[in-house]
Amino acid sequence: MPARRPPARLAPHGSFDGLLASREIIVACGPGGVGKTTTAAAAAAMAAAHGGGKVLVLTVDPARRLADALGLEGIGNTERRVPDAAFASAGIKPRGELYAAMLDTKESWDALIRHHAPDPRTRDEILANPLYRNISGRFVQSHDYIAMERLFEIHAEGIYDLIVVDTPPTRNALDFLDAPERMADFFSSRLLRWLIVPYRSRLVNFASRPFYQVADRILGTQFLADIAEFFILFQTMYDGFVERARSVQRLLADRRTSFIVVSTLETVPLREAEYFAQAISERKLHLGAIVLNKVLPEYLRDPKGAVVAEKLRDGAEEIAGAMAVELDGAEPAQIRRVLAEIGQNYMDYRTVAQSEAEKQAELSTAAETLVSIPYFETDVHDFAGLMRLGAGLWEE
Amino acid sequence: MVGLLDRRLVFVTGKGGVGKTTVAAALALFASEHGRRTLLCEVDAKGDVASFLESGPTSFTAHEALPNLWAMSMDTEASLREYLRLNLRIPVVGRIGPLAKAFDFVATAAPGVREILTVGKLCFEVREKHYDLVVVDAPATGHIVGQLTAPQAINELVKVGLIRSQTDWMLDILSDPHQTALAIVTTPEEMPVNETIELAERVKKETTVELASVIVNRVLPELFGRSEEEVFDRLCQGAATSELGRLVGEDPAPVLAAARLAVTLRRTHAGHLERLRSSIDASVPMLYLPFLFARFHGLRSIRQVARSLGEELGF
Repeated sequence: MPARRPPARLAPHGSFDGLLASREIIVACGPGGVGKTTTAAAAAAMAAAHGGGKVLVLTVDPARRLADALGLEGIGNTERRVPDAAFASAGIKPRGELYAAMLDTKESWDALIRHHAPDPRTRDEILANPLYRNISGRFVQSHDYIAMERLFEIHAEGIYDLIVVDTPPTRNALDFLDAPERMADFFSSRLLRWLIVPYRSRLVNFASRPFYQVADRILGTQFLADIAEFFILFQTMYDGFVERARSVQRLLADRRTSFIVVSTLETVPLREAEYFAQAISERKLHLGAIVLNKVLPEYLRDPKGAVVAEKLRDGAEEIAGAMAVELDGAEPAQIRRVLAEIGQNYMDYRTVAQSEAEKQAELSTAAETLVSIPYFETDVHDFAGLMRLGAGLWEE
Repeated sequence: MVGLLDRRLVFVTGKGGVGKTTVAAALALFASEHGRRTLLCEVDAKGDVASFLESGPTSFTAHEALPNLWAMSMDTEASLREYLRLNLRIPVVGRIGPLAKAFDFVATAAPGVREILTVGKLCFEVREKHYDLVVVDAPATGHIVGQLTAPQAINELVKVGLIRSQTDWMLDILSDPHQTALAIVTTPEEMPVNETIELAERVKKETTVELASVIVNRVLPELFGRSEEEVFDRLCQGAATSELGRLVGEDPAPVLAAARLAVTLRRTHAGHLERLRSSIDASVPMLYLPFLFARFHGLRSIRQVARSLGEELGF
């Protein structure tokens, strides 16, 4: 077995594998485009391979990317075992089992309705309501709530030792954390009751309320009636929903759950990641680790490298002449161009690597654990690639 | 196809992390420098536009951040206030009571309300001809279709009323390729390219908006031609490497490794670019912007991107 590269750990007091071994739920959040989905999958794969037990990675991203990273075609709403053959392709015999699932918003909403509906008639009416169909299928906000809801459900089944959740890159960074609370607030709001009163009792003078005047002029009466019908139906499930939402909230705040923030060291994602880290701490949730992805290799900051690069760039002509014998057959002009190019290239990459290293140093106090995953020249497109990426996270 | 700068409303989208805001800001800056009175609107109010233009925080009320370039950030509640004020002549404050709460409620209850208020405001600016060009730093790939189809969705849900007639003129603007365009920003990497291809298909199938260009950001330079790469390969072999080391007085390994990294990355990216080009309708132009090896961000980088964008647009 090849020697594993020690992970680049900067903060001495926490470890990522310790985190994976001690928690039941890991929620990976962070800005879009930083490899969050892949990192979540890699973390779960490492936990299954080296830690053991049953590990599930649940992706809630509407873009179907986990399948790519896991080499699985069309993972559905139900959990599926990642075959041991996948681990074998990476030369690993896993101690545990890895499962993967993707969130199908529509399907999850339907399941929730079926679970909470008081009777078959209400259930069917809700499922057929045009507004419901819109909420559950078309609009993205409903992802936030349903993701946390499904996490709760899977956790409650008690099948998995560890669940790693990938979160959607939400519009408002931490919407998904507030989603259960918002949902509960929403269903218990006086406004909701206020709105549906006229449809329950025609005795209330509809036109007397300014809100209705406005709403009616903008939306039209039929639409208001649709909304009202929808919520009258939903009211029958009110208690179940609110109770459930509160339970989800409790689970997220529980010490069994930990959050990790994934980012790259680029300016914009990093700023967003810092915001995530801060918001998680402010909510008194557990920030387990910051994972920095696509970190450029250290050799780019080697001071001797810069000396060589400058000599090659500035003295290309002379060095090319001297190399001509060794590179017998190559034209000196060609050698000169190659030397100048590789010198300049090093200096270019060095600029970026240095600026990233500076930002990484600034981050080292933000979380208990800070791990970095090196930049890979090729994409993660198979399981071996995923494990290679995971090796950056793991320490034994 | 009508040029990007000759439209009235350009939505710029892309997968998170590809530089969508940078490109939107650069496009707006370039347009403003070429005589277009331009509005740049940030829809996901994260404050990135403000930090790129270095002109102070943006709000719902546009301010002239640079000559000829106005900047604003979307605020759906403010948009609703403006809408009510303009359309119903209701002095909003005081009369509707706790508008914020009512709005929050309606927006949650009736999906698409936030989207329609966003698109509505943008279309309104176009219709009123306040600007020559409105550039939208639009939601990311996962959300843009919901945004662009909001008027249709509302149209299907709401059969009568003011909103119904309002969505009609919005749809007219959105589906007119002389006025409205969508640009997708990507990088030459696997996942962004996948999402771009997927999105292009969805846009064609589900929306009425024309995809006017795919902008590939952070394209790495090509270090070598083929024969030069042969020279480089020979440089990396034992004897040549030590000779080079002797000449420069230090181990050249880091420099060679960096060049190898650059060559490999470029090659991986080239594969994705080919896949992208062959999957996107041939009539959709692709623009290429170089990777910036720079320590700076903010206005200086936006200017640089704007210059590259201008060259690609044929200016």
